[in-house]
Amino acid sequence: MKFGVIVFPGSNCDHDAYHVISKHVGQPVDFIWHRDTDLSTYDAVIIPGGFSYGDYLRAGALARFSPVMNSVKKFAESGRFVLGICNGFQILCEAGLLPGALIRNRNLHFICEHVLVRVETSDSPFTNELQSGSVLRIPIAHAEGNYVCDDSALEQLQEEERIVFRYCDRDGNVTDAANPNGSRDNIAGICNSERNVLGLMPHPERACEDLLGSSDGRDIFRSLAATLAAAV
Amino acid sequence: MKAKVYVNLKSGVLDPQGKAIHHSVELLGFAGIADVRQGKYFEIALDSSMDAKQATESVERMAREVLSNPIIEDYRVEIEA
Repeated sequence: MKFGVIVFPGSNCDHDAYHVISKHVGQPVDFIWHRDTDLSTYDAVIIPGGFSYGDYLRAGALARFSPVMNSVKKFAESGRFVLGICNGFQILCEAGLLPGALIRNRNLHFICEHVLVRVETSDSPFTNELQSGSVLRIPIAHAEGNYVCDDSALEQLQEEERIVFRYCDRDGNVTDAANPNGSRDNIAGICNSERNVLGLMPHPERACEDLLGSSDGRDIFRSLAATLAAAV
Repeated sequence: MKAKVYVNLKSGVLDPQGKAIHHSVELLGFAGIADVRQGKYFEIALDSSMDAKQATESVERMAREVLSNPIIEDYRVEIEA
């Protein structure tokens, strides 16, 4: 199995993602420059966090027009796996690969802190090594993480169990007080209908070493690796 | 020719920046402010290769596909001779 980490001008979590795949998942991984369009040798790509194109216009809006994004769309349509983290989630929404949009946090602050998220479903290639209902401690670092979508999109996400992570409190209760940014229905991460594309605002790649405060993020990458191993 | 494009958050979409500006102008003593919504404004200079109809179509498409996100924003295009 082979992973790729896409690098846009302004990506800044690309090396963290690379590190996690090479060190903790123990699989081959390449950086993919945003002008490259050949993804044929990869099984999964990660769109990392950062400030692609300086977040000009809207977060993720300009990255969507990079040459590699057409290839990412086809890659996703072919059933291979796409993981968008933070700015990567914003890009996936702008590109129409995931529904909804991410707007300014309701309190206007750039929030950089560890938060708690509940795993809402283990029925995804990214969470199959996790228990549904378990609580992960993972950092967020964003100003535009407030997830919005219309009523019908929300209903569809709920019915198809595509809300993969929700912000919660220590006991796993999904409450408004535990919602850091105002996201609708406390949404921290969602997947597409085919379940091969996941976007989330928290940074699991920054939560893979106990030394850094948490290693809860590892199981997300390990789930994906287990999915790929099973598919081979 | 010049195109002007106005992009605003749809009504109902939370605008925390507008709220913060609202709060600040009230603190400065401006009275009678019911609400502030912040948007974006683009000036696009067009060369002479398009007529007004083509320019409208082209800028409308640009506003729809790039300058705004239809999930959260509305846009308005004006073409000036």
